[in-house]
Amino acid sequence: MPDQVGLELIAGQLASRIPGAVVGTTFFRNRATVEIAPGTVRAVLADLRAEHGYRALMSVHGVDYYPQEPRLGVHYELLDMERVDRLTVKLRVSIAEPSVESVTPDWPTADHQEREVYDMFGVQFDGHPDLRRILMPEDYEGHPQRRDFPIGGEPVLFTHNDATSPGWTR
Amino acid sequence: MSTRSSYRALEESITLSPLEEQIAAQRGGETTELLTLNIGPHHPATHGVLRLLVTLEGEIVRELKPIVGYVHTGIEKTAEQKAYWKVIPVVERMDYLSYYFNAMAFCGAVETLLECEVPKRAQYLRVIHLELNRIMSHLVWLGTSALDLGAISMFWYCFRERETILDLFEFSSGQRMHTRYFQVGGVMEDIPHGFEAKLREFCAIMPGRADQYADLLRRNEILLQRLRGVCPLDEATLLGLGVTGPLLRAAGNPWDLRKAAPYTSYEDFEFKIPVGTVGDNYDRFAVRLAEIYESVKIIEQALDGLPEGPHITADRKIALPPRHELATSMEALIHHFKLVTEGFRVPPGEVYYPIESPRGELGCFVRSDGSSKPARVHMRDPSFVNLQATAPMVRGSYIADLIATLAMLDPILGGIDR
Amino acid sequence: MALTREPIEPGSFRSRQLLARDLLRGDLEGLELERHVEQSLLLTTLDKAVAWGRSNSIYPATFGLACCAIEMMSVVAARVDIARFGWEAFRASPRQADLLILSGRVSIKMAPVVRRIYDQMLEPKWAIAMGACSSSMGVFNNYAIVPADKFMPIDVHVPGCPPRPEALMHGILKLRKMIQDDPEMGWRQRYDAEGTEEVLPGAEPAGA
Repeated sequence: MPDQVGLELIAGQLASRIPGAVVGTTFFRNRATVEIAPGTVRAVLADLRAEHGYRALMSVHGVDYYPQEPRLGVHYELLDMERVDRLTVKLRVSIAEPSVESVTPDWPTADHQEREVYDMFGVQFDGHPDLRRILMPEDYEGHPQRRDFPIGGEPVLFTHNDATSPGWTR
Repeated sequence: MSTRSSYRALEESITLSPLEEQIAAQRGGETTELLTLNIGPHHPATHGVLRLLVTLEGEIVRELKPIVGYVHTGIEKTAEQKAYWKVIPVVERMDYLSYYFNAMAFCGAVETLLECEVPKRAQYLRVIHLELNRIMSHLVWLGTSALDLGAISMFWYCFRERETILDLFEFSSGQRMHTRYFQVGGVMEDIPHGFEAKLREFCAIMPGRADQYADLLRRNEILLQRLRGVCPLDEATLLGLGVTGPLLRAAGNPWDLRKAAPYTSYEDFEFKIPVGTVGDNYDRFAVRLAEIYESVKIIEQALDGLPEGPHITADRKIALPPRHELATSMEALIHHFKLVTEGFRVPPGEVYYPIESPRGELGCFVRSDGSSKPARVHMRDPSFVNLQATAPMVRGSYIADLIATLAMLDPILGGIDR
Repeated sequence: MALTREPIEPGSFRSRQLLARDLLRGDLEGLELERHVEQSLLLTTLDKAVAWGRSNSIYPATFGLACCAIEMMSVVAARVDIARFGWEAFRASPRQADLLILSGRVSIKMAPVVRRIYDQMLEPKWAIAMGACSSSMGVFNNYAIVPADKFMPIDVHVPGCPPRPEALMHGILKLRKMIQDDPEMGWRQRYDAEGTEEVLPGAEPAGA
């Protein structure tokens, strides 16, 4: 892990090379996280690969920060295999405008993982070669892992909302 | 009816016809008809419910698109509804052959968030069970892969060893699979009295048995023809696709998190990392077979060096007090009550904890918001990422090679679909 | 109130009830007696022999879904050996199989596939729901899982997560006994599935 100082250095260099990229840094439990503006993700990841040696993208996953806005977050876990260094890059988008540039053209590993984030959270990845649902059926409506999606898929029927019953419980 | 046809329309959106033009252009205008075949989700190559859309020219695979999601269980969503302690059995069922690893990744992430120290004995016990699980996972892989390739009797031999390992798991935790043995802060119970002796017996016979399997398969002409030189993939492509584990090691890159970023006392043990040279199917097979020997060595070292001490952290706010204390100590009773009803609270934060599972880097991302239930649990499953490497591997080879490659890839659909 | 006489259909429940009453009173004789005994005895000796043969050589379909599939493979392995009962011939094609062991969780994407495979199996066919997830959603009570009873008739439910191979063997032996005693098991009536009998080409569908 880069330590706190290293993290600030990286963030500083990113901010100077890509204006407006860095929104914040976090150093928590010995792990470094850089929060960036959503529109700059491809440039930031390319810069981290070229200048700082984080050549492996290990994971792309989504988080729903309900009820904090902006709600949807996408995390990119970067790994430098030579120095065994990990860095998390995260960005936040709102549900109203959930579009993020896809990093799949630069990092082929993000293909299925971005599809999963789209499927589960509804983040649109612009420029993704094939953005379809990957885990749910193709015609499923809704994004299941959002925090306000009911766990059972359909709301629990009490007497007051029984009129919306699908009927098979009768 | 209209939804059905729009579903079909969506399926047809997976277009494969530009490929025909591509091949025709390569051959100078000679067109060839490509056949799109649907393999799965129910098919006898027993790797779970994987569906492959394969475009064939004759018997040569030109394009491959995997379609997953047929065993998607919403485990990550279920985990948000349960206290941290109760998430462990749910998360264990993701990659259902390496259940200890799933539990380890999750417990590691929560322990990092809690800044909880795991006692040394618990760490060694975790290593023992993790390596036993690695051997068991490789045995099942070997049995089912040999079954796919036609060496049917390997299945029974591998499962004979697997039964011994499951007996050991049952000895220590009471359950054969999905044992819930790893808890946040340590392990659930100390190993019982005869466990060490039985484990040493197993370690004594396992290398011999692995030798027997190697004798059966390693120089077998049919296996060599089917695996040697088949579907190699170079290291750079694999790294670009995020592939880790035995697949990457077969291509020559000795990346193993047990050595690179040791966790749970792996730094105390001496073991080697088997590495391949060419990166074809035979190397993947040989790497996994060699890993079994290394795991036995680790288990023996862990047994020899097993320290005395508690098997779970002494922090009563995280771990249940031992039952005999409940009769005498009021505090123990209160802690027990709080832990069982509400569970422990984890300070807010986000952590990604990666470990080395039999298939590659298994990372658990936990986000906590200060309450007793996690706000997000995500497993970066190695099979999910490794599956993306299937298409580059099999383009240009035969269907039979596709089956062999799938076997050597070792996908576990529970981990892919979660 | 006028008394009306309605003819009792032969073969209906009421007629069989009356025949049984007559048998108990000792009033049935001759041809009637023979016919009644034939109808009411569930199996003739030939039927029994066929059921015994069937129960001892079931071809299960290879249908492993998730963790229970590994324990199902353990049942095939040497310690708890399913071949002792003649059931080791797992067939890949559902057309050749007569038992579907639903081992593992059925997700909503997979449920229509399972149903299609079950439909492709030829009668007589049976189904075992192995494990808690296929019987009843199991550990996961969420949007993605369907219990198998919602879309196909199941004959034996084996609880467990995953069930030990011995538990699955117990369920298998129970199914074997059920097949020996009563192969039809009336599942068509139980599951309201009349109208799903096979229609030979050129024949009229029964009941429509």
